Amino acid sequence: MYSKGLIPLAGATVVTLAAAMALVFFYAPLDADQGFVQKIFYVHVPMAIVSLCGFVAGGIMAIKYLRSRDPSWDMRSYVAIHISIILGVGVLATGAIWAKASWGHWWVWDEPVLVSFLVVVLLYCVYYPLRFSIEDRERQARYSSVFAIAAGAFVPLNFAAVRMAEAYTHPRVLSQTGGNLPGEMRLTFLVSLLAMTLLYVTLWKLELTSKHASMQLKRLKRKLAEREAVAA
Amino acid sequence: MVYAHETGHFASIGFAAVDAAIELDGLERRYGERVALRGVSVRLAPGATLAVLGPNGAGKTTLLRVLAGLLRPHAGTARVFGAEIPDERWKVPAQVGYLGHEPLLYRDLTARENLTYHARLHGVDRSRVREAIAAVGMERRADEPLRELSRGMVQRLAAARAVLHDPPLLLLDEPRAHLDPAAAELLEPLIGRGSGRTRVLVSHDVERALGEADVALGLRAGRQAFAGNPDPDAVRELYR
Amino acid sequence: MIAAAGAILRKDLRLELRTKESVPAMTLFTLTVYVLFHFGLDRDSLDGALAAGVLWVTLLLAAVIGVSRIFAVEREQGGIDALLLAPVDRTSLFLAKAAALFVFLVAVEVVAIPAFALLLLGPGLAGMLPELLAILALGDLGIAAVGALVAALAAETRARELIVPLLLLPFLVPVLIACAQATEPFMRPDQGPEDLGRWLALLTLYDVVFVLLSVAVFDYLLED
Repeated sequence: MYSKGLIPLAGATVVTLAAAMALVFFYAPLDADQGFVQKIFYVHVPMAIVSLCGFVAGGIMAIKYLRSRDPSWDMRSYVAIHISIILGVGVLATGAIWAKASWGHWWVWDEPVLVSFLVVVLLYCVYYPLRFSIEDRERQARYSSVFAIAAGAFVPLNFAAVRMAEAYTHPRVLSQTGGNLPGEMRLTFLVSLLAMTLLYVTLWKLELTSKHASMQLKRLKRKLAEREAVAA
Repeated sequence: MVYAHETGHFASIGFAAVDAAIELDGLERRYGERVALRGVSVRLAPGATLAVLGPNGAGKTTLLRVLAGLLRPHAGTARVFGAEIPDERWKVPAQVGYLGHEPLLYRDLTARENLTYHARLHGVDRSRVREAIAAVGMERRADEPLRELSRGMVQRLAAARAVLHDPPLLLLDEPRAHLDPAAAELLEPLIGRGSGRTRVLVSHDVERALGEADVALGLRAGRQAFAGNPDPDAVRELYR
Repeated sequence: MIAAAGAILRKDLRLELRTKESVPAMTLFTLTVYVLFHFGLDRDSLDGALAAGVLWVTLLLAAVIGVSRIFAVEREQGGIDALLLAPVDRTSLFLAKAAALFVFLVAVEVVAIPAFALLLLGPGLAGMLPELLAILALGDLGIAAVGALVAALAAETRARELIVPLLLLPFLVPVLIACAQATEPFMRPDQGPEDLGRWLALLTLYDVVFVLLSVAVFDYLLED
């Protein structure tokens, strides 16, 4: 059901990722100030963007669930959030490496992307205990969806608040995430973003497929057990 | 009235012109993977009493909660005075008085405060509160917090709460629990057969429940064992 | 809907007046946290960002107590069932619970803020009263709206005493940012507003988003 198109998608992801890597290492020029370390930007920023979009998409799928009461939307929302959290942890890790290499500290509080991500990841981590401490399937889906919607709305608000706070306490504006990149860097960045998006969608589909398969298996096993009980 | 019985399927009451108070058809409800009710089909005419029998865990309380609109059915249909649950759930509260294990009253509020709160929620005139307190014989202690009252008195107040908005259908889960015979007698005009209300009665007092009932529904592990006018063997089988 | 919300709110306030369960505990908690900060920071008086931060962190932590108790009485004494058995919109339950939380927070702050000025704050509070009230009102509204939503979300989970703080505090980070940043300039020795409008605008946006969102989704909670 979810596996349709997975193989071509995975193929496209591999090709795009390889292309992005090639561009990052052989095409994009070295940054004048930061040198080689700046190349982590091509992982860090696309990852952040894709992860945030994934959180918001999880919220939108949750709205679809509440509208339709179709459990597959809940599953889609859950998997979207799950993959986004994994990428979110990746954002924190790459951000820390970048901060260490360019400023000498593993953590910098005046980088709004990093700080917002910390808050967002902390919030979304509570999704798991919330979801899995509700046993009834239907209620679990409903409560998870309400969380996903509220948290999805929270993500941009939190981003704005953290940005405002950093902008006022630290007037130094960092331009790494700005839009005015030179042409080669921009192309590399866009290809990296595309690769990250494809990676996200592939992982999402893969996880959905496996979740669906294991649920199917459980259902069959239960049926078998019931049939054996009747026979006995 | 003529009762048509057909064990395991519709138990309909011959009262063709009047719509049924309760109509269940293939009702199913699960908790997680566990089936609490499956394939329950029953019809009850307005004014009649349905006794729901079965051992612990048979799904009796679940059935009452579905009828009250507190639980949504997972399959099949449930109608209360023609209102389909859950799609027309909002029509149900005005029709239903629910008296379950929990009194649904606050221990730190007085009887009067509790009933006034429920009167406000139901949009019922506050003069009904005084009447209801009088009807259950609690005038003298109406201004004490519930935590200072005995369990039997709280049960009387819970009955007053259940009929505060004068519902045509009563869902009763062991209504005589905690009551002495005098108190049970006192509640008879409110929740008994004489109240003129349609009633669904869950009780472990099988003899008495059958005596009051027009139709009986036997549940065992969530499945319908019989529906209609049961023979004693079927009832005995139920609790075996 | 408003009438039902009013009935629930009156009931909640009456219960609180009678049992004195939440507000005294929250107030006591704020005073204890001030003492902790006094020793933890080893400072007799605070000003500026430190003062604003201590005040708001303390208020948020106190709010956690209120939020984790706000549905307790319904859960323990069948109030949710009673509401579902009444011809009442669940949104009215949200409005009532958020309003009750708001009232509780105001009651706590009536004691906690003068106590803060007395125990820890260097500069006086008198010069900033109208602005502080505006910040508090908007901040409390946000805490109350998100608090009622979080309390309802956690009400049906097994580990609710863990889930409430873990869920509530990250949700309130923007409120903390806006309130602390808006309060901070008034707590400097040279008092005066700074970017006040901007932070009040952020708070208002937050409040509007979460009140509307909660009203929209609350119907899906507490149903079976």
